[in-house]
Amino acid sequence: MTVAGGPVIPNFGKGSPCVTGNHAFCWGWVREHWGDTLQPRLVEHVELTLIAVGIGFAIAFALALLTHRVRRVEHLIGLGAALLYTIPSLAIFQILVPFFGLTTTTVEIPLVGYSLVILYPNIVAGLRAAPPDVLEAARAMGFRRRQVLARVELPLAVPAIIGGLRIAVVSTVSIATIAAFLGEKGLGYPILLALKEPTPFRTEIYSAGLLVVALALTCDAILVLLRRALVPWTRVGNT
Amino acid sequence: MSRAAEIVFDRVTKRYAARGAPALNELSLEIPAGTFCVLVGPSGSGKTTALKLVNRLVPFEDGDIRIDGRSVRDLPAVELRRGIGYVIQQIGLFPHMTVADNVATVPRLLGWPQPRTRERVAELLELVGLEHGDAGRYPSQLSGGQRQRVGLARALAADPPVLLMDEPFGALDPITRARLQQEVRRLHRAVAKTVLFVTHDVDEAIMMGDRIAILREGGVLAQYGTPDAILASPADDFVAEFVGEDRALRRLALHRVGELELDSLDVTVNAPRVAATMTVRNAVSLMLLTDNDGVVVVGDDDAARGILRLEHVKGLLR
Repeated sequence: MTVAGGPVIPNFGKGSPCVTGNHAFCWGWVREHWGDTLQPRLVEHVELTLIAVGIGFAIAFALALLTHRVRRVEHLIGLGAALLYTIPSLAIFQILVPFFGLTTTTVEIPLVGYSLVILYPNIVAGLRAAPPDVLEAARAMGFRRRQVLARVELPLAVPAIIGGLRIAVVSTVSIATIAAFLGEKGLGYPILLALKEPTPFRTEIYSAGLLVVALALTCDAILVLLRRALVPWTRVGNT
Repeated sequence: MSRAAEIVFDRVTKRYAARGAPALNELSLEIPAGTFCVLVGPSGSGKTTALKLVNRLVPFEDGDIRIDGRSVRDLPAVELRRGIGYVIQQIGLFPHMTVADNVATVPRLLGWPQPRTRERVAELLELVGLEHGDAGRYPSQLSGGQRQRVGLARALAADPPVLLMDEPFGALDPITRARLQQEVRRLHRAVAKTVLFVTHDVDEAIMMGDRIAILREGGVLAQYGTPDAILASPADDFVAEFVGEDRALRRLALHRVGELELDSLDVTVNAPRVAATMTVRNAVSLMLLTDNDGVVVVGDDDAARGILRLEHVKGLLR
């Protein structure tokens, strides 16, 4: 299906027969373009994810503490968060570009929103995980309200919070590929470029895609280890 | 090592809703320092409410509660509570803390230096019969009985003069419960605190209490006195029914044969021999079983001290 000697894909032109033939996967191309195409995008992707989850977590945590104090706000915040989640990100870009241009800010706003929507209910549920008898005992021993929060409710919320972080991180890693629509950012960009070729360049799509998956799995594994370190009391079995 | 404090309920009334029947109605009760006082009654009698008023887990307006002459409302709630031990049926151990950290809770709140806290924790674990090796375990690794021992150690940690216990053995199996009942009695003799103990189980009340306060529905005090006095002369039909139709036998269980006046030994008597520490109830049971109207009471040295006859027992109940 290819003209002998002539490159099918101009941008990746002088490649091996594997590349020119657009075979399923060309290791040679990956090795050759790791430094200029894949690795920088991977670093950007990690940055996009960390910023989104970091800011999302900070806002979700503050809102959850507020909800814990003032129960009435829960419905309001829940509704706002759900609305945020239903708006397609491409539509949000449309709204934000006039204000922030083709910048990281424009990308991060929906990403922060999504992680916030996932994290908020998890943190709220976590703060409610302390059994009533434990809270009564804490009060009866003379804990102040803040001490109950810091020494009882927060430690007992850690498993639920990390559970939320796992979902938020994994989905943000995946969603962050849309940053490519706004420019040269993240692992979505090589995928988008490869798709724009007259014949989509398979090696580039697969390698970038695999990196997204590997990144998500790595982040998840780190959070599992973090949970093991922070929550020693659930690891011990009953005797 | 210990102090105890007198607790006085002075016409305390508690309503949960502004209107509606009170949970506790003009309760007045004087509990001398060092007394093990049991609050007992059916559900809806306000016994748990009475307990929670003492450390102000439940707020109240009418009447007053004084500990060693000082109103519980004179102190900030947080400070008041740090000076009162609290043990509940569900125990409420902190699941994310080790046994040692659970026990160290109040000393740390009070800012004790670390070595003193550590020493106190070791002392308490021994006092409540836990192994030294249990200190580093989490509550989920313990049995129900062990958990309640930790709960007890945690409540005693800062050596509070008052200990509140809300059905502490209600969730335990009968064997563990009986063992802990005995140990808490032993512990009470050792640490001499004023204990306020809530139960719905009249057997437990009679077994544990120096004094018993019987509450009826609506939070009205029906009778307050020693177990013996209440069993001997119930104030009314409610109390009589509550303590049971076998109250004479229950009362006999509170006395030991060695305490009673005995007939001098008759050489011809052929009755069973019993230790002076046997309860009168068990001695009567033995008489009925062996078709005798008396038993020979023997002392520690196994020498006969005299004969206990059914007549003496009737005299005790009279």
